[in-house]
Amino acid sequence: MTAEPRPTDVNEAAHLPEPFVRWFAAKGWAPRAHQLDLLARTEAGKSTLLIAPTGAGKTLAGFLPSLTELAMRGRRKPGEPRRGVHTLYISPLKALAVDIERNLGKPVEEMGLPIAIETRTGDTPAHKRQRQKLAPPDILLTTPEQLALLIAGGDAKRFFEDLSVVIFDELHSLVTSKRGHLLSLGLARLRSLQPNLRAIGLSATVAEPDELRRWLVGQNPPFLVATPTPNHESQSHAPMAGLVTVAGGAKPDISILDSEQRVPWAGHSARYAIPEIYDQIRRHRTTLLFVNTRSQAELLFQELWRVNEDSLPIALHHGSLDVGQRRRVEKAMADNALRAIVATSTLDLGIDWGDVDLVVHVGAPKGASRLAQRIGRANHRMDEPSKAILIPANRFEVLECRAALDANYLGAQDTPPLLAGSLDVLAQHVLGTACAAPFDADQLYEEVTSAAPYAGLDRTTFDRVVDFVATGGYALKSYERYARIRKTKEGLWRVTHPRVAQQYRLNIGTIVEMPELNVRYVRSGRVAGYGGRVLGKVEEYFAETLRPGDNFLFAGKVLRFEGIRENECVVSSGGSSAQIIVPSYAGGKFPLSTYLADQVRGMLADPERWQALPEQVADWLRLQKEKSMLPKRGDLLVETFPRNDRYFMVCYPFEGRLAHQTLGMLLTRRLERVGARPLGFVATDYSLAVWALDDMGALFSAGKPSLGQLFDEDMLGDDLEEWLNDSWMLKRMFRNCAVISGLIEKKFPGQEKTGRQVTVSADLIYDVLRSHEPDHVLLQATRADASAGLLDVGRLADMLSRIRGRIVHRKLEQISPLAVPVMLEIGRESVNGGANESLLMEASDLIAEAMGEAGEAPARNGPVVTLHGTAPKAGHAERKRVGTADYGRRSVRSK
Amino acid sequence: MTAVHRANAIAAAGLVGLAGECAVCDPRGVLYFPDFGLLAVSDLHLEKGSAIARRGALIPPYDTVATLSRLAEAVSDYQPRTVVSLGDSFHDGWGAERLPLPFRQRLEALMTGRDWFWVTGNHDPDAPADLPGETVRELAFGSLILRHEPSDTYVEGEVAGHLHPCARIVQRGRSVRRRCFAGDGSRMIMPAFGAYTGSLNVLDRAYRGLFRQETLMAYMLGADRVFAMPGSMLRPG
Repeated sequence: MTAEPRPTDVNEAAHLPEPFVRWFAAKGWAPRAHQLDLLARTEAGKSTLLIAPTGAGKTLAGFLPSLTELAMRGRRKPGEPRRGVHTLYISPLKALAVDIERNLGKPVEEMGLPIAIETRTGDTPAHKRQRQKLAPPDILLTTPEQLALLIAGGDAKRFFEDLSVVIFDELHSLVTSKRGHLLSLGLARLRSLQPNLRAIGLSATVAEPDELRRWLVGQNPPFLVATPTPNHESQSHAPMAGLVTVAGGAKPDISILDSEQRVPWAGHSARYAIPEIYDQIRRHRTTLLFVNTRSQAELLFQELWRVNEDSLPIALHHGSLDVGQRRRVEKAMADNALRAIVATSTLDLGIDWGDVDLVVHVGAPKGASRLAQRIGRANHRMDEPSKAILIPANRFEVLECRAALDANYLGAQDTPPLLAGSLDVLAQHVLGTACAAPFDADQLYEEVTSAAPYAGLDRTTFDRVVDFVATGGYALKSYERYARIRKTKEGLWRVTHPRVAQQYRLNIGTIVEMPELNVRYVRSGRVAGYGGRVLGKVEEYFAETLRPGDNFLFAGKVLRFEGIRENECVVSSGGSSAQIIVPSYAGGKFPLSTYLADQVRGMLADPERWQALPEQVADWLRLQKEKSMLPKRGDLLVETFPRNDRYFMVCYPFEGRLAHQTLGMLLTRRLERVGARPLGFVATDYSLAVWALDDMGALFSAGKPSLGQLFDEDMLGDDLEEWLNDSWMLKRMFRNCAVISGLIEKKFPGQEKTGRQVTVSADLIYDVLRSHEPDHVLLQATRADASAGLLDVGRLADMLSRIRGRIVHRKLEQISPLAVPVMLEIGRESVNGGANESLLMEASDLIAEAMGEAGEAPARNGPVVTLHGTAPKAGHAERKRVGTADYGRRSVRSK
Repeated sequence: MTAVHRANAIAAAGLVGLAGECAVCDPRGVLYFPDFGLLAVSDLHLEKGSAIARRGALIPPYDTVATLSRLAEAVSDYQPRTVVSLGDSFHDGWGAERLPLPFRQRLEALMTGRDWFWVTGNHDPDAPADLPGETVRELAFGSLILRHEPSDTYVEGEVAGHLHPCARIVQRGRSVRRRCFAGDGSRMIMPAFGAYTGSLNVLDRAYRGLFRQETLMAYMLGADRVFAMPGSMLRPG
């Protein structure tokens, strides 16, 4: 909310009503050019995207058109009809909405403007929400979920009757997810209600601004007809909002820590650099330390306190911590009471926190844009350079940091491309629309396809989604009588029962959390008691792997696991046990961006650029060149070598861990078929290692198969399909789609007890649906999600096509320097796949082993087995299945 | 052919003793007693999908056909003289009425040529509408007693369902949960067979007092075999 001091320009200020001119003058400020530009465009009835770096007065710019309009409108006189909301502001974070209320309230108060500003989030009490519907504020600050709720209300039309401007903050981060899909449909709805609505998008710099410009405005002709003056931009291409760009501020001062210590080959802890990081904290006022995962945050926090001789106030902030705890940290930070904060992406977005003068990024940033965002945190003023230090945790990360750093200087951007709108989100929106008022399918189709993510949606798919909402959309038409929406005689789709709307409201939104347990802190040995503080949440599957007495790291403490009680994970103060477990969190890992991957490959191929690297890393590359080779930028290097009775193949696609895991799974299937007897694989962000009983190098040299055949793109056909269908990942995605689409209900805290009896688990539904109606629209949505998200199939496909004919094979006698990092991951990381079956087998084999002969074993444990002595080998009854399910087990034995 | 088939099926499955009788714990979740030619299956919960759809969640209507197909496989493998459905065969009292015609025909085909008993359960206390087979509260075979709910007092040779047992182990830091047969040599509780049936950990307090802890075994259902786990390996939750 700051504007820099500048001599007042009378002409520019001419747009502004009197109170604003006086206010700027009193502050000794002048409105900035982009603020006035945006004001003029909005006054002219246009939608606009404003791209500006942090600290450029973006928020004030976004609100200025609304503030001036509202200032001119004046106070409502007694007897005048009620006024609706004039401006809707939507932010990705509740905290951001609250922050804006504070910051915007100040100038409004100082200017004495008759403008009411209020927030409406999940935390807003019911009576206030009720009151807001009766007496709406002029400006409503809210979140995408609340917008969805508002437009699904029976009074939506009336509530939005005066809506004039909608502002989307941090648009770049909103649009890349399903939340963005839902929001785009909400915007389309608002446009239908108010055809003259102006949309303003506020965004950090992005790779493809045009995508966001299209997102802001209606995409199909019927909505254009309503605009009498076609602008030039829309004639040849899809319609786009106008664009106002503010040039970047001072160039950030970024360096990579050139450590005195030895940079490790592998791992993510950056433990080697702790003393140097601590030294930096000591030398700055406030340091923000960013890490990529919550577990890294816990570790770093722990390590820093270990060396914190001066007892500097260092705090921890991540999304699993209790909300109260997070708010306290945020407040302390705003008050400048902290010297350092260890944080994950929960602090990523544009919240203005205190006086940060150094950003430390531990681990590789995984994307140049993300790095720029995070560095923007320091100082938060456009004209002073931000200061940042990158701490690579291992040698490959040194390369990655260097590449990111070059990219940041070049202003390169690598925000992810926008994806086509998800069908599960559409289903939610269709039901929401019906909850507000009966809808006409033709009109709704027009409206939906006016939203940029759904512009390419065909009518057949749309109709299938409507059918899904109505009766489940099954080929077996047995649910007609249970329909949630039904077509009336007039041809409108209407909700069949008020209960449907109630259920809808409870299940709104697109954020589906993994089942989580509260972590409750009690005195040692008090599992049965009640009370104790809640420290935050851990994911259920992590808690399930703990035994009472296990120590784990959470909320900056070593905790002792006492047990699970209902939906709580009960812990007490931990001992100094040698083994401490750090919870891992699903979805905490970002893949290496395509852009950065290309940069790293470029750096490997070009010895000139090694000069910018620390000496020990440059040495490592030189050694690689000597012992094996370094591939050209577009090539794929495949090394094969024997080691400890096993044969290894290591390749270096640099496409990120997800894509590599998918590749690993597919390659091992293929190697299995050609008889190479693969045993396992492990993937990192940079490379993939596969090991086998047979000499793969010899097989490749003999062309049985050739590497070209092995890496052929056709692996993405049947092999992928077959593996995918059994994959736990697909089940997890299905669960998300099923919840978002309204097929099954969200789990609420406290429901768990009865949950198992009443509901049907998503996994069971998936199995049944897949075998009986594999083309169902929800499975279609699930597969689309999986290909794009967890499996990175698109990226793998691009890679396979890029390397066609460009695979270089090096048959080595021993491990190469470049292969060391991935080889060190073996055994550290378990192979994902259908390994559950093999775990069961292993467990029952272990019993058999421990007890002596397989047949006798269980008999000693209980007379249940072997009464008749026919074929009693309970631990070992059958020949085990050979297939991928075995890899997980064997991989570890091969160590 | 069928004799060989049956022998194979018996060998492939875990063979257990129960109160002096011999039984096969089939990985699909059915229990076969070769000496009696008796196949027991529990908690089919047919038409659970439509029961839930009535309340507004339109989950796929294929659970009945999925359940029946699996049951048909087992019946065709063992060719039992007698089939006992151990209660909660339908998810609610109107399940049999809702049964779509093709599914009903399929079920009737399965019943043809063998004795079929519907044991009543808490979800289906009455005989299923318009279906053949005999509806009973409990049955005895040799030293076995087959009923839906396990009794509170100790009964040698009781085979029951109702509780939907599952077991959980942790191996290599990963948790694996499966439906299971739970038994201590004297009593056996069968897993729920229905495609949409959930499960309850065999260490839950609902099972308290049912088994002798020192001889408790869980036969966890794998993809094509059962895995026998002693009680000491099992984890709650």
